[in-house]
Amino acid sequence: MSVWSLVLVCVLFGVGAYLLMDRSLTRIALGVGALGNGVNVLIISAGSDVNEAPIIGRDGTLTDPLPQALVLTAIVIGFALLTFLMTLAWRNWTISGNDEVEDDVEDRLVARRAERTAKSGDQPHHEDVTP
Amino acid sequence: MITLVALPILIPLIAAAVMLLTRNLIVQRCLSFVALSSSLAVAVVLLVDVWSSGNIVVARLGGWPGSFAITLVADRLASVLVVVAMAVTLVVLLFALGQQASDEHSSYYHPVYMALTAGIAQAFLAGDLFNLFVAFEILLMASYVLLTLEGTSEQIRSGTTYVVLNVIESLVLVTAVGLIFAATGTVNFAELPERLAELPVGVRTGLHLLLLVAFGIKAAVFPLFFWLPDSYPTAPSSASAVFAGLLTKVGVYCLIRVQTLLFPGELSDLVMIVGIATMAIGVIGAISQQDMKRILSFHIISQIGYMVFGLGIGGAAAIAATVFYLIHHIPVKTSLFLVEGIIERDSGTSSLDKVSGLARRSPILAVLFLLPALSLAGFPPLSGFLAKFAVVRAGFDSQQYFGVGVALVVSMLTLVSMAKIWVGAFWGEVLPARPTGDVGILRHQRSMAAATMMLVALTVTIAVMAGPLYEFATEAAIQMLDVATYVSAVRGS
Repeated sequence: MSVWSLVLVCVLFGVGAYLLMDRSLTRIALGVGALGNGVNVLIISAGSDVNEAPIIGRDGTLTDPLPQALVLTAIVIGFALLTFLMTLAWRNWTISGNDEVEDDVEDRLVARRAERTAKSGDQPHHEDVTP
Repeated sequence: MITLVALPILIPLIAAAVMLLTRNLIVQRCLSFVALSSSLAVAVVLLVDVWSSGNIVVARLGGWPGSFAITLVADRLASVLVVVAMAVTLVVLLFALGQQASDEHSSYYHPVYMALTAGIAQAFLAGDLFNLFVAFEILLMASYVLLTLEGTSEQIRSGTTYVVLNVIESLVLVTAVGLIFAATGTVNFAELPERLAELPVGVRTGLHLLLLVAFGIKAAVFPLFFWLPDSYPTAPSSASAVFAGLLTKVGVYCLIRVQTLLFPGELSDLVMIVGIATMAIGVIGAISQQDMKRILSFHIISQIGYMVFGLGIGGAAAIAATVFYLIHHIPVKTSLFLVEGIIERDSGTSSLDKVSGLARRSPILAVLFLLPALSLAGFPPLSGFLAKFAVVRAGFDSQQYFGVGVALVVSMLTLVSMAKIWVGAFWGEVLPARPTGDVGILRHQRSMAAATMMLVALTVTIAVMAGPLYEFATEAAIQMLDVATYVSAVRGS
């Protein structure tokens, strides 16, 4: 693995991880794209000399064709995933006007019920909190 | 026999491709049924062959020798899980056909369902790490579509969390594959054990942890489980039944492979602690819920804990217990979700505050719920008792008293929350809006009831056949622990 491909992998992973922290689905999709490409570069450079062709029958040094085959598959999968994420973000936007990843609603209800019980000190009334 | 290995993957995939061409709902339904029943038949033939001969059947696609080909491996564990998966998906298909839900009428439901089945089968049969990753992608992509098929705001909201979390899981997995390839130069299961053993300890532990995180997210173990109770309840009942029964179990299966084949016996203390925490946290989460689907979803997590605990104990007896637990858990959990689906279709809600008096309206439905629920809690003589007993005995034998204690307490708490569903939904007054005296729930949902009965019958059969099945699980565990035989069979030397 050459130093430059290592640097590229690190940058792509860093950018991807940073974007994944965001709540906006569009940014998450971009982050997934960056991370996915980082992984692809990682697998390619894991093979052997990046500058050689993987073709059997050619003279001179050859590189291992297996990582290239793996990466081709990974690129197709990554493309499909990204398309799906974009569609999801678009659908989210048409429904709610934003593309944020939201919290678990029911989870917050349970938490609120617990708070109320702690405050009033008596048994929880489930009827009060059903949405 | 060798070509048979690929058929459980190929039949559903080809059926999916043909279905996308026709778009005719009746043709799609027939094709789904034919594809799944023929896959089930093939899987049974494969299982009988693997069981009777004791061999590991290996198919090398593309005709390449040894580790260059795409290898599909059917050993005892893989072949039995393919049979269980095909049987469960077939029954859930019958349920979905009777349900008349809006999502089943979409022309994409059946092709996607077939892709999901193919992905599950491929994950069980994969003979190399990259192939396993591809299988995960197929089943995950299908599950994304099934989860968000109706496109309602609630589905999109929870689907987003599910998709993002699982995309991250895929990225961690493919990174692990890339790093393992960089370190060893291979992704084949036959060559990995030997080459991984040659690596320095630090590198090996790093790779091991990456795989554990990737499969841990999929199996929903502590602390990576939080996506599950949010997303499964919003899926259509038929889809959430398959997800609950099979998808997390694919993660557990991969964890078993990692702990027995790739890194035998390493980090087992960590796995055991994770298992104990998963059991406890899952059941505590379940107790605090008021919605049937969410209670059942938290129980998936808790039950996964038992399997991971058994895996962490290690040794033939504990692995056998884990395998038996896995086989018992898939139909039990799926049938509970199917019963919940029937209730939800009848009452329009899965909230325990709004459902009441079902036992008086339909005693049969009550029995259909009670059997798998008691089995889940570990009541003798049902299958859950035997599975829990096996795990607990393995824990005692290796002096893991703390874990055993937690397992017993968790099984009590499981009973408490099953009783909560029972008291809330089945006992009590029949709601005034519903007709009394009419045993009408199942009469209007005959094929859904029939499908659920089949699965409940399967769980009872597992309890009745526990002796031979446990013997089979032990043989499967012994075969898994014998890495050398696996390696030479897959290599073909």
